[in-house]
Amino acid sequence: MKKLLGKMINLVILAFFLAPHIASAAGGGKEAPIVIVADTRHITGLMAWWANLYNESHLYFALLTILIIPIIGVIFGLIADVVMKKIGIDLSSRELAEH
Amino acid sequence: MEWLYILMPISGVTIFWPGLIVLGIGVGIIGGFFGMGGAWMVTPGLNILGFPMAFAIGTDIAHMAGKSLISTMRHGRFGNVDYKLGFIMLVGTIVGFEAGAQMIMWFERLGRVEIIVRYLYLVLLAFIAWMVFSDVYIKRKKEKEAKAAGREIDKLATGIEWHKTFQKIKIPPMIHLKTAGIYCSAWLPIMVSFLTGWLAGILGIGGGLIRMPALIYIIGCPTYIAVGTDLFEVMISGLYGAATYTFKGRTELLAALVMLVGAAIGAQIGTVATKYIKGYGIRVAFGCAVIGCAVSIVLKLLPTYFPTIKGLCDATATVTVLGVVSVLSLYIFLKMLAGARKEIAAKKAAAL
Repeated sequence: MKKLLGKMINLVILAFFLAPHIASAAGGGKEAPIVIVADTRHITGLMAWWANLYNESHLYFALLTILIIPIIGVIFGLIADVVMKKIGIDLSSRELAEH
Repeated sequence: MEWLYILMPISGVTIFWPGLIVLGIGVGIIGGFFGMGGAWMVTPGLNILGFPMAFAIGTDIAHMAGKSLISTMRHGRFGNVDYKLGFIMLVGTIVGFEAGAQMIMWFERLGRVEIIVRYLYLVLLAFIAWMVFSDVYIKRKKEKEAKAAGREIDKLATGIEWHKTFQKIKIPPMIHLKTAGIYCSAWLPIMVSFLTGWLAGILGIGGGLIRMPALIYIIGCPTYIAVGTDLFEVMISGLYGAATYTFKGRTELLAALVMLVGAAIGAQIGTVATKYIKGYGIRVAFGCAVIGCAVSIVLKLLPTYFPTIKGLCDATATVTVLGVVSVLSLYIFLKMLAGARKEIAAKKAAAL
C-alpha cells in the first residue's frame, strides 16, 4: 500500500512537470493572447508608415494587404506576359496532348 | 554586403532578400506546374531565412494568393481553367473546410491532435503516391499491349479509370463542364470538393495536394485542366487565408511582395511548361513531389519516438523539402526551355 501511495505521489508530481499549465502556481487557466507590436524606431518613410498602420489598426492593414496583393500580382503577371511574348512563346493556345 | 539584407518593418527581422526571390521562383515554378499553393515547401524555406514561425505561415499564404493569381491568369488564357467547375467546387470546399476545422477542434479536446493529423496526412500522401504511380504503370502496360497487338493507344486513354464509374452516377441535376469535357451529376464535384475541403480543414493545409489528384482520378479532368482549375481554387482560398492571417497581424507584406517578384517569373515558367510536358509527365513529377512531402513528414514524426535525434531530423526534413523543390523546379525549367526553343525554331523555320 505504501509503495502504491509513493507511486501515485510520483505520478502526480510528474504530471505537473509534463503539463505545467494545469498547475495554478505556473499561471494556469486561459493564456493571454499574444500582441505583436512593430518596432518603428529604426525605420523611416513608407516603411515607418506601414509599421504604424499595423500598430494602429489591423483591419486597415488587412484591407490594404488584400488590395495590394492582387494588384501587384496582376501587374507582375502582365509584365511577365510581355517578356514571354518578346521571347517568342505562344501564350494564347495549348495543344491537347493527352489526358 | 549590407544591401543584400532588408529589415522587415513588422516582424523586425533582417532577411537576405535574394533568398526570398529564389524561394519565390522555386515555389512559383512548382505551384504553376502542379496547381498547388505549396505551403509545405515555403514554410521551412522562410524559417531557414530567419522568419519567426508566427509570420512564416501568414506571409506564405499572402504570397500564395498573388502567385496563384498570376498562374490562373496564364492557365486561363491557355483554356486550362474550367470556371464553372471551379465555382461549383468552391462551395463544397468552403463548407468542407469549415467542417474539417470544427472536427479538429473536437480532436484537440481529446488531445494528441498533432500526431493524429500527421499520421492521417502520411496515409493520405502514401495513397496519392500509390494512385499516381499505379496509374502510370497501368497506362504503360496498356501502351505495351497495344504496341504488341500492332495498334496505337488512344491519346486520351488513362491508366486508372475510376472517373468513368463515378461519371455513371446520374443523380440530377446533370451538368456539362465544357472546358473539362465532362458530363456528370452536379453532386460529383460538390461531394469531391466537400471531402477534399474537409480533409484540408483537418490537416490544416490549402488542399491543392489532395484536390489536384481528386480532379483527375474521381471527376475525370484532363491533367492540365485539373492544374488550372485547382489554381483558381487556391487563388480564392489564398486570398481568404491572407485576409484572416493579416487581420491577426501575422503577415509580412514586404516579404510576400519580394517573394512575388520571384514567384511571378516562376509561375510563368511552371505554367508555360505544362504546354510542353505531357499530362503523364506532370503526373509522374507530381508523384515525386508527394513522396518528398511524405518523407519530410516521416522525419517530423520520428522525434516523437527518438527525441535525441530531433535536431538531425528537423535539419534533414528541411534539406529534403528544399532539395525536392530545387530538383523539381530545375527539371521543369529545363523542360520548359527545351520546349520553348523547339517552338521558336519551328516558328522561324515556318517563316522562312
